Amino acid sequence: MTLTRERIGWAGIALAVIAAFIAVPPALVRSPVPSIVLAVLAIALGIYAVPGDRRLGWGAIVLGLLAGLGAVAATKSSSGNLRDVFTWSALIASMLRFATPLLFAALGGIVSERSGVINIGLEGMMLMGAFFGVYGSDLLGSWVGGIVVAVIAGGALALIHAAFSIHLRADQVVSGTAVNFLALGITGYVFVDHYGDNGTPDNISRAPDLNLPVLHGGFFDSAIGHLNLLTWSALLLVPSLTFLMFRTRRGLRLRAVGETPRAAETVGVNVISTRYVAVTVSGMLAALGGAYLSVGFVGSFNENMTQGRGFIALAAVIFGKWKPLGALAATLLFGFSSALADRLPTFSESTATLFQALPYVLTLVAVAGVIGRSRAPGSIGIPYVKE
Amino acid sequence: MTDQPLDPVDAGAITTPAARLASYIRGGGIVVPLLTALIAFVIAGLIVLITGHNPLTTYKAFFDGTGLNWLFPWTSGDDRTTAALNLQQTLIATAPLILVGLAVAFAFRAGLFNIGGQGQYLAGSIVAVWFGSKFSGMPHLLHVLLVIVLACAAGAAWAGIAGVLKATVGANEVISTIMLNWIAVWVGVWLFGLGGPLQNPETPSVPISSDVTGSAKLPVFWGNPNLQGLHVGLFIALATVVVFWALLNRSTSGYEVRAVGFNPEAARYSGMNVARNYVKVMAICGLFAGLAGAIDILGWQFRLATNDIQTSDIGFLGIAVALLGRNTASGTVAAALLFGALKSGTSQRNLDPSIFEPSLAFNLTLMIQGLVVLIVSTDVIALRILRRGGALNPFRRRPAPAEEEAT
Repeated sequence: MTLTRERIGWAGIALAVIAAFIAVPPALVRSPVPSIVLAVLAIALGIYAVPGDRRLGWGAIVLGLLAGLGAVAATKSSSGNLRDVFTWSALIASMLRFATPLLFAALGGIVSERSGVINIGLEGMMLMGAFFGVYGSDLLGSWVGGIVVAVIAGGALALIHAAFSIHLRADQVVSGTAVNFLALGITGYVFVDHYGDNGTPDNISRAPDLNLPVLHGGFFDSAIGHLNLLTWSALLLVPSLTFLMFRTRRGLRLRAVGETPRAAETVGVNVISTRYVAVTVSGMLAALGGAYLSVGFVGSFNENMTQGRGFIALAAVIFGKWKPLGALAATLLFGFSSALADRLPTFSESTATLFQALPYVLTLVAVAGVIGRSRAPGSIGIPYVKE
Repeated sequence: MTDQPLDPVDAGAITTPAARLASYIRGGGIVVPLLTALIAFVIAGLIVLITGHNPLTTYKAFFDGTGLNWLFPWTSGDDRTTAALNLQQTLIATAPLILVGLAVAFAFRAGLFNIGGQGQYLAGSIVAVWFGSKFSGMPHLLHVLLVIVLACAAGAAWAGIAGVLKATVGANEVISTIMLNWIAVWVGVWLFGLGGPLQNPETPSVPISSDVTGSAKLPVFWGNPNLQGLHVGLFIALATVVVFWALLNRSTSGYEVRAVGFNPEAARYSGMNVARNYVKVMAICGLFAGLAGAIDILGWQFRLATNDIQTSDIGFLGIAVALLGRNTASGTVAAALLFGALKSGTSQRNLDPSIFEPSLAFNLTLMIQGLVVLIVSTDVIALRILRRGGALNPFRRRPAPAEEEAT
């Protein structure tokens, strides 16, 4: 094992993570010195790695800086507050909660983009799921009905995107943006028209939490013992989709259509219908993510409640290199940042507001840092013209 | 329906949005945008109809709310007074829409999709309210100029982040500008929220900024300054349109921008610095959007509440404005007037709630916006309808590439 600059860069990143980690519980080192030493070391390794691997090097430098600052801030605040925020089991549960909608949407994004259609409309499809989940649950009196209605609504919106970007060969980014506006308008309109100023009713049937009996008390009980059914479904979808995409004929066809549609066509794959199915499925998955927000988590809907999560999911697709497992890692990272921001009001209300921006900043950094390292499907964004 | 290929160009051959849209501009002239808007309004009317309202009276109420009936000579008496007030509102809304429309259009011409108009607009607004509420002793014009320059710089810097990321690491500008929108929102909410650094110190329980001082307010030239008369921001916006046109069509920079938009590889090959162009283009876009924020703050808002920041949608309307206006100077003005009228015609202040609920109308506007963008995204629909009209249509200019379709 040689000491390449790339490995040094990874070491720098690891050191930065350790520098931040030792300042918070359970290690809770109360002096800033060890963290600062580690952070400086991380930055030094980063600087060394820059000529070999620019992104990795800069990643280590930036992370080292952030870890140093964070650790100093941590040692300056009371250990009681720190223990409140960094209750790891609760943080993990919260991370999984925040990651669930992102994961559904990101998996949807992977399906669509692997078939060669950019899906900027994930946000709108999530929003459809969020509203129609509550609407269906209210109308049919059960959360199962809500989820079915949500999936149909998301699929229908995706079908519009599919028709425009596949059949009418629209610019896919513009068409996706249009679909987002449409979703905002449709959900807002029906919401106001149907529920008026009162908002959605309080007694919405919610998707149940799964209380795992084997984990009485302890760390695992509070971390994963009471997660929502939909959270588990999203996690199970990761291996299922991986298998489907990389181990089955259907998956191979999907990827072929996204890479070289002409070649796929010549061996008898129907490019147009494959793309239609992929985009529709992606809308359905995104809608499940939206439905989790409303029927799964809070049990109500408010206008524009997805708040850009569809775009974070899109970033997770790129960050995860168009692979389900990669998307899982990315959404867990974004989920963790949301979970952290969520618990920070312990320190200061005002600063916590600023930390609401953290997931978006992280997404920005992730997209900037990873592009070029990950390769998009070959014919993504290019409408297919039959010959 | 699929008996003939209907695209004005071979969609497979042209991949940048700018190039596609440019071919559409040649393809349809002024009729296609008009048709696009018409289709969107008809579909929205159908939605109004199936949800149990009368679309005709609804649209009539919207129209009365815009004040455009002021232009009719037969409007008189009280109606005329109300119409004048409403028309002032429409034009107040049009001015920033022109500017955010230009911010999106300019990027499109360089092959970039700037969805960040909202964040850049907010960056401009935040800086404008910050410096507009300070230096109360400054001479009037000087203060206005200073605030406008700073707000433009803020917008340019905010958009510049996306430009730099695109130029250096190739980060997709769609995702980065959207993330910057949300970051701008939360920074704004933090700044003016309870306990925030720029919250009005005199009202500690209200999440709102301090007021802009009299020395930084834009003069009102039509109507009562105390009743939100029409301020000179409209002229600033129109002057910027001229700058946009000259910059794009009469300068070397503009030539490079368009060249990069048509084909980045060819531009690179002919010695243009594509990366630097991306940064420059985004900064100019941000400048336009930041200016929009400044004239709104200095012209009629005078303060920013956290609620304003979270519900503002000017920047997103800019996308529909630019696309409907074909990313051209004159088209953007016309489309901004349409959406400005729609915005004021459906506002709480101007729309009669006994005919149509303003909060419903707001969502209807979003749908119209979505439909417009959706139809523009392909343009095949509008062109198809046009071709059905065939020779009956005197305005139609059939483009050269479309002639080759006889296969």
